[in-house]
Amino acid sequence: MKTNKLEIMVCMGTGGIAAGGTEVLSAFESAIKKLKIPAKLKKGCSVHKVGCRGLCARDVLVDIIIKEKKSTYQYIKPDMVQRIVDEHIVGNQPVADWLATEDYHNFHEKQVKVVLSDCGNINPESIDAYFAVNGYEAAKKVLTLMSRQDVIEEIKRSGLRGRGGAGFPTGVKWEICGGVKNAQKYIICNADEGDPGAFMDRAIIEGNPHSVIEGMIIGAYAIGAGKGYVYIRAEYPLAVERLRKALEDAGKKNLLGKKILKTGFSFDIKVKLGAGAFVCGEETALIVSIEGQRGMPRAKPPFPVHSGLWGKPTVINNVETLANIPHIIRKGPDWFASFGTEKSRGTKVFALTGKVKNTGLIEVPMGISLKEIIYDIGGGMDKGRDFKAVQTGGPSGGCITADLLDINVDYESLAKVGSIVGSGGMVVLDDTDCMVSIARFFLEFTQVESCGKCVPCRIGTKRLLEILDRITAGKGKEGDIELLEELGKDIKASSLCGLGQTAPNPVLSTIKYFRPEYEAHIRDMKCPAAVCKELIEFTILEELCKGCGACVRACPANAIKGEKKKPHTLSSELCVKCGSCFDVCKFGAVKKE
Amino acid sequence: MINVTIDGIKTSVHRDTSVLDAAKQCDITIPTLCHHPKLTPYGGCRLCIVEIKGINRPVTACTTPVSEGMEVTTSSPVLEKLRRTTLELILSDHPNDCMVCEKAGDCTLQELAYFYGIKENRFAGERRVYEKRDGNPLIERDMEKCILCNKCVRVCDEVQGVSAIDIAYRGFRSKVCPPYERDLDCEFCGQCIRVCPTGALTGRMWSLKGRQKDIREVDTICPYCGCGCNITLDIRKNEIVRVTSKEDTINEGWLCSKGTFGYKFLNDPARLTKPLIKYKGKFRESTWEEALGLVAKKLLKTKEKHGPDSIAGLASARCTSEENYLFQKFMRAVIKTNNVDHCARL
Amino acid sequence: MAGLAAVFGSGAMTNSIPEIENNDVLFVIGSNTTETHPIIGLRMKKAVRKEAKLIVADPRKIDLVRHSHLWLRQKPGTDVVLLHAIMHVILEQNLIDRVFILSRTEGFETFREGLRKYTPEYAEKITGVPARDIIRAAMLYARAKRPGIYYTMGITQHSHGTDNVYSIANLALMTGNLGMESTGVNPLRGQNNVQGATDMGCIPDQYPGYQRVDLPAIREKFEKAWEVTLSDKDGITATEMTDRCLDGKIKAMYIMGENPALSDPDINHTVKALKKLDFLVVQDIFLTDTAELADVVLPAAAFAEKDGTFTNTERRVQRVRKALDPPGEAKEDSRIIMELSERLGYPMRYNSMEEVFQEVAGLWQAVAGITYGRIEKQGLQWPCPTLEHPGTPYLFKGGFPRHKAAFSMVEYKPSRELPDRQYPFMLSTGRHLFHYHTGTMIRAGDALNSVAAEAYFELNSYDAGKLGVTGGQKVKISSRRGSIKIKAKLSERVEKGRVFIPFHYREAAANILTNTALDPVSKIPELKVCAVKIEKITKRGRPRIK
Ligand SMILES: Cc1cc2nc3c(=O)[nH]c(=O)nc-3n(C[C@H](O)[C@H](O)[C@H](O)COP(=O)(O)O)c2cc1C
Ligand code: SF4
Ligand code: SF4
Repeated sequence: MKTNKLEIMVCMGTGGIAAGGTEVLSAFESAIKKLKIPAKLKKGCSVHKVGCRGLCARDVLVDIIIKEKKSTYQYIKPDMVQRIVDEHIVGNQPVADWLATEDYHNFHEKQVKVVLSDCGNINPESIDAYFAVNGYEAAKKVLTLMSRQDVIEEIKRSGLRGRGGAGFPTGVKWEICGGVKNAQKYIICNADEGDPGAFMDRAIIEGNPHSVIEGMIIGAYAIGAGKGYVYIRAEYPLAVERLRKALEDAGKKNLLGKKILKTGFSFDIKVKLGAGAFVCGEETALIVSIEGQRGMPRAKPPFPVHSGLWGKPTVINNVETLANIPHIIRKGPDWFASFGTEKSRGTKVFALTGKVKNTGLIEVPMGISLKEIIYDIGGGMDKGRDFKAVQTGGPSGGCITADLLDINVDYESLAKVGSIVGSGGMVVLDDTDCMVSIARFFLEFTQVESCGKCVPCRIGTKRLLEILDRITAGKGKEGDIELLEELGKDIKASSLCGLGQTAPNPVLSTIKYFRPEYEAHIRDMKCPAAVCKELIEFTILEELCKGCGACVRACPANAIKGEKKKPHTLSSELCVKCGSCFDVCKFGAVKKE
Repeated sequence: MINVTIDGIKTSVHRDTSVLDAAKQCDITIPTLCHHPKLTPYGGCRLCIVEIKGINRPVTACTTPVSEGMEVTTSSPVLEKLRRTTLELILSDHPNDCMVCEKAGDCTLQELAYFYGIKENRFAGERRVYEKRDGNPLIERDMEKCILCNKCVRVCDEVQGVSAIDIAYRGFRSKVCPPYERDLDCEFCGQCIRVCPTGALTGRMWSLKGRQKDIREVDTICPYCGCGCNITLDIRKNEIVRVTSKEDTINEGWLCSKGTFGYKFLNDPARLTKPLIKYKGKFRESTWEEALGLVAKKLLKTKEKHGPDSIAGLASARCTSEENYLFQKFMRAVIKTNNVDHCARL
Repeated sequence: MAGLAAVFGSGAMTNSIPEIENNDVLFVIGSNTTETHPIIGLRMKKAVRKEAKLIVADPRKIDLVRHSHLWLRQKPGTDVVLLHAIMHVILEQNLIDRVFILSRTEGFETFREGLRKYTPEYAEKITGVPARDIIRAAMLYARAKRPGIYYTMGITQHSHGTDNVYSIANLALMTGNLGMESTGVNPLRGQNNVQGATDMGCIPDQYPGYQRVDLPAIREKFEKAWEVTLSDKDGITATEMTDRCLDGKIKAMYIMGENPALSDPDINHTVKALKKLDFLVVQDIFLTDTAELADVVLPAAAFAEKDGTFTNTERRVQRVRKALDPPGEAKEDSRIIMELSERLGYPMRYNSMEEVFQEVAGLWQAVAGITYGRIEKQGLQWPCPTLEHPGTPYLFKGGFPRHKAAFSMVEYKPSRELPDRQYPFMLSTGRHLFHYHTGTMIRAGDALNSVAAEAYFELNSYDAGKLGVTGGQKVKISSRRGSIKIKAKLSERVEKGRVFIPFHYREAAANILTNTALDPVSKIPELKVCAVKIEKITKRGRPRIK
């Protein structure tokens, strides 16, 4: 980057755009245009969009780089642009009020960005921007200097494991598929990302689509595939658009198509839009879906590496897995392996959500402690509440409790305590979260998303859900917890695909760590976190009530009575448990339990 | 050949054999609901799960191909418990009306429920409730009894090539139905009825006609086209209850709509039951004695007056070969003419 | 199937149904197999699933087209040209089987000369099939390892039907695609026991087992067996019988289980003929249109009410078993014939149908090895000459009965009656899935019937637009022979200028319109091509000419 260059980067991932990124960008463009600066200087000046840089809650985020000095603004709206241009760019005096705060920088400090390294720094819609950060160098190296076996060896040596959930060693997968004799093979990029709350794959494609394409080219070369597919959710219109543009640009540069870079290797990629079913992210269902049938998993073996799409050997890799590949080739397997733990190498992107201060997308080295994630990167618990647990792995995962805060976040350690890394969902819970409800939430999701093919998952999860329903409604019976455990284990053991095999995890894991909470629901008819509506009791504390009448006006059921300036009373018979009084009372006189 | 050990029995089977078929060859029965030998394996009912040494979770025998040295256990307390749970789950969403179900006595689900002795159900809960509103006269669909084994969907696609039905919706709401839940509009071959293991699909024509135990089966040949499909007539009290077909025949157990449903004409009230003689342009019933006497007299007279070649006979492609033989023999040896033909040309 | 018999010395399917699934190329011409032979259709679809290539040649977009790799839409009645052009390409590309031609056929040299002018471009003009597709079809068929040809009435029901069959035979001969498993020429027979009826000698010039009545040695064999003297004169065919009735040569007829008054072409003509008879006896299970004309009607038993055998289209003799008692006083056809014979002074006494079959087995070598005992479980395919013989799934393994099969050059002859100014549409007739033949078995108040209850004809929507006819509208269709009223069904299955009528419906009997022109050899009528016109019915019921 030239030293005298001015660069303005506007975050325009899905989050950025939703917060008004497009408008901010055009505001900058027109403001710069109006500036009376010499044409020479204008040339070195660029205003462009970049992909997500993780902290979406602070969008629109804008970076301004003047002479290599970078300042980041947060919460930018179009009407704030002029002042920034006037004071910062013209006046060389950053607008201090709007600059990102210290915790923004802390958020990034502890992270190690590999796949996200260029997301948020380069214009995702420009192939030249990718070239500028050494893009496609890895592919060139592979196609011109390396044998198929070399590539596989490097990936194996790097220790990269699948980021789509199962954590299968990628090099081994490629090796098996590469060893199958067949003239026709496929490589598929799994960008279905159906976990509720997960958006790392979306961010990667929106922020740096070429890295995924490059990973696919390298993978295709290694296994001998001539055709690739990206199976992507139709609900990701921006990602689809950028991906299509990237494919087109790569095609124009002969990085895809016939005889790539004048080598003997030909490879092309098609985009397939998924119909939005969670189960279509499961690899066999995904294949069937590409073939044009209803996306339902089929039994393995045979595995896709032997018989996949149209019965041909097929490698399916997750977006993040593939985005790691160019880095490994470029910087070497040992560099990659230097991050992480012995069995879990490299970094992992997580979607950190829930009750922490900084929520968003983070990339951390494997093996980092949970504490560091929550307190250093996440900035600690929101509103200063008590940490209760972390749910990882979404609907297939489980929870980790406070006494395990020192645990290392990697495949093995999480599995040991009954949770998983999964695709990277990480929900932080505090004492206002009811664990039964959390389990219920995930189960509701899996039940609706079950493809219906096999009995344990289709009917079993429905029955689990029914039991949870009755527990949260205060109709739980003695023995229900045991029934949940028993049925949950049977569903895990006998379901066909990963969805059913993991669906009971949220239930089993919450029972394991929070059994008393379940028991409280059933025996005492109480929801300790005061979440389950049917079990909450609202009362007005006489000593605190000032008799202001706010609650009387707020109550839709006319359940609160009382004279002005005198303590009010709440009729539990009429109460519909909407919580309005609790919310409006300024004196904390409404008690919820 | 591949060597495998199943429940301690050593055997060798062809490559590409499934564990289920290999077990069958050892006379070991593994319960199934969604398997059909002529359709692609599905692995949906989860009843045929087995333990294989070296694999850390049970796998379905129908979808798993054998491999050299494989050691299979088809029954163990763990497996039986899982099977029981699965069956219990199916039954928790199944109408409990076997006593009036068309399929009772011939229903795989009923049989399994019996052998696993499932009386109480730990999982009783919501059942799917569907309105029956199918306008077609041939195939009765009671989707509350459907266990989503997918056999009908597969047979319609893989064998018949029609794809009139598929599974729609997801989760507990999953349902086999025609596109957009319209009425069934298909070739009405009835293949789906033949493979359905429960009372979800039955022939409307054979409702309330008789239970399996009262039925006498007679194997014969379909009277329609020249394929010569082998059919089995299920007979009760001199009436056809239904037409089925066995799997080890040239038609592999499949029939078309005519073969399956086209038997009503046999009991049609318009069938001729007595000889008729035309008298002054109108028919009157007669005895065989009189009718045959008249035919003999007339044929004889014509032959005497105009010669044997003034008489012609038409035999039938719908009568048996023996009858056709006798007919031409009659024309040739008795009438003494070669004027005999049939309608093969049409 | 006289044409095929003339070439190979046998006119049956050369292969068996289970072999179909192992074809690598299927060439289906003039056969709406999935509707007329649904279960054979299943085997074809199974073959396609096993990656066979399917070529369909049919003027209509029949269901099988959906499963095909190549669809040749020839104009009706131009099959000879299509087939010749295919053979022309095979010859050009030198894909013929020389060894086969030399060792097992005769007349190839003259035949190849005759093919010269049938270039794909020439054929394109006449058949309407693009030359490119003709070439593709030729390459597919000639390069296949196990190709099978399948045809039905679409090939035979023409005034030049025998020529069509010759052409098919020539195609198989020049490529040597005969006499092997899953490789051959297969006419699919329409009704369930046509094969049996022909096998049993219900044809005017042959005794059971295709033994000619004009050969003295054979006649003597039958005279001895039946203990009578027999006529040495060829009889006349069913279609000729109608004319002989009209000119008074035939005075009496005995019709067993047939309904020519609905199935024959030009029904009006047939009815007139039957009415002219001095005496007509009809033996059937229903009072059919033909029975209505009879002097005596004899009530017969239906298939489920008797024992015996049926022989299917792949020559498989299979057991028919009695399951029910016949209604009322109805009797098995065999009993009726025996009782009648007795009255005419020739007692035929058999204790069972098995005895009848044994008599046939004694007179016809090809079934000599078949007994009821052997076909208890599964049928046997003739030839099966000895009790140890396993039956013959495919024919001509070692050679042809005629020793060498002859190529016969035929020339393209247009159909007898083509559309013209006055009758601008080309009509074809046929079956559809839910009905069978003249409808006697399904029409009788049946649920199946209600799926396709009403008579209809298929009309291209372009023509419908031009005529101003909408779907479901009743119109009048007329030919030079008569007219019917029938509902229109708009369908892209038929091409512009053509209509199709299923012939099952008596209230709108297609055969009132059809042409009686016969093929000179097979005596099969031209049911697949005749000219008709379509008129709207006006309110007053009088048709308006359009
Ligand atoms: C129900 C279910 C949903 C899944 N969804 C996804 C998904 O959205 N994205 C993904 O990459 N993998 C998903 N997977 C995992 C894939 O089946 C597969 O393991 C993965 O794509 C392999 O790629 P990897 O080896 O690079 O991780 C899912 C698995 C299951 C069982
Ligand atoms: S486990 Fe669930 S999602 Fe997976 S195949 Fe079975 S029903 Fe479908
Ligand atoms: S209708 Fe019958 S065959 Fe079809 S899925 Fe349901 S149970 Fe299976």
